[in-house]
Amino acid sequence: MQKRTPLYQQHLQAGAKLVDFAGWDMPVHYGSQIDEHHHVRRDAGMFDVSHMLVVDVVGPRATDYLRFLLANDVARLKEYGKALYSCLLNERGGVIDDLIAYRLADVRYRLVVNAGTADKDVAWFNRQADAFGVSVSPRRDLAILAVQGPEARLKVLTQLRTADQSQVEVLLPFEGAEVGDWFVSRTGYTGEDGFEIMLPATEIAGLWQRLLDGGVAPAGLGARDTLRLEAGLNLYGQDMDETVSPLESNLGWTVAWAPEQREFIGRRALEVERERGIERKLVGLVLEAKGVLRAHQPVLVDGRPAGELTSGTFSPTLNAAIGLARVPASVAVGERVEVEIRGKRFPARVVKPPFVRNGKALV
Amino acid sequence: MSNAPEDLKYNKSHEWARLEDDGTVTVGITDYAQAALGDLVFVETPEIGRVVSAGEACAVVESVKAASDIYAPIGGEIVDTNPDLGNSPEIVNTDPYGAGWIMKIRPSNPAELDQLLDADSYVELTSEQD
Repeated sequence: MQKRTPLYQQHLQAGAKLVDFAGWDMPVHYGSQIDEHHHVRRDAGMFDVSHMLVVDVVGPRATDYLRFLLANDVARLKEYGKALYSCLLNERGGVIDDLIAYRLADVRYRLVVNAGTADKDVAWFNRQADAFGVSVSPRRDLAILAVQGPEARLKVLTQLRTADQSQVEVLLPFEGAEVGDWFVSRTGYTGEDGFEIMLPATEIAGLWQRLLDGGVAPAGLGARDTLRLEAGLNLYGQDMDETVSPLESNLGWTVAWAPEQREFIGRRALEVERERGIERKLVGLVLEAKGVLRAHQPVLVDGRPAGELTSGTFSPTLNAAIGLARVPASVAVGERVEVEIRGKRFPARVVKPPFVRNGKALV
Repeated sequence: MSNAPEDLKYNKSHEWARLEDDGTVTVGITDYAQAALGDLVFVETPEIGRVVSAGEACAVVESVKAASDIYAPIGGEIVDTNPDLGNSPEIVNTDPYGAGWIMKIRPSNPAELDQLLDADSYVELTSEQD
């Protein structure tokens, strides 16, 4: 039985083409994926991401618990509302999932995890929770709407009550605020400014309609994928999984090595890897020929097979094919490699992601 | 409801074929196919002079989502490909039966055209798949 978000009917009304995503019926586009992509880069678009799971972690030792569980350090979240991106690792340093952690109050945190890994994550959270006496609450009563684009913040603010506007308009990037039973954060997965709004599932249809009336265009998972790839953001299950470490996934910056005495799951494995030096890394590629990069296409260095694409697409902003590839650590930015597409080899340039940020090409 | 002109022949794999006055057959993908694929961003056409048999994969259309093979509806020699697709693959979306044609084949056995579906049968096929 396919799962549906509280916006299922709204997607049908907006003309969505629905696809299966991790067991959920989700809109892939509402007519033109490329138009939706440009709308987010140039104006404002909204994504129903209610398939992702909100998990609240509460207890006097919630901070200690998350400092043990996450590779990034929630002790960096000095103020309430602040957000942190982190990998959740297994003992071998493999990535179980990537997530955003918000500190809501002194002993109360909120995590947002991927749909495809939600059950696995909750089981993992629970297994570690007893030792710290924290409660782990999956919040399927909440829905999530991501409103993204240069005009997104303004268009969301006008939908809020005046009393709430003042709290939300002062939010800095990677910061959120609880307004009543809503949580609004200045985060996203597109490389644009905007908000992600977590609210009671019963209220999301009303917000969707008001934003639609306010000129925010629905955008599907297709545009979400091209936007995140242009923004150089990894997709779990594609660019990283339990068989690779964050260091091999261009996510070394999310591992908090200091303080040295902080033990976290996976730390020892990562330290060994860091000491030895990584063998593979994740880089950006821009195809220097016509065509489209796709996941699993072989990458050749000096004419020999050396790696493969983990994600690839056609970038509507750059009008060129872009991708992420796992290659030997010796491959340098600026170097030229080849990608094999249907048996033929084409040149590609190695770049450091992101490809696009705030509407501007960076490569 | 996708449209399928009466004067064309159709392949079950969603290509159309039109017999021209000079005896060549122009090939493209149907309106149904372009809608299902979504925004096209690249079309790989076969080399002119290549000889293909009916049902052989000989071109590729790529949308932002995925790549799909295009099958020759009829056997013969590729005598022309659409030069405009290199810079404007989106014309396959906007005008699949006109400016968005993909290739021309000189059939080795024109009778193969009779194996293809007529418009009514093709529309019936696509309505079953919806």
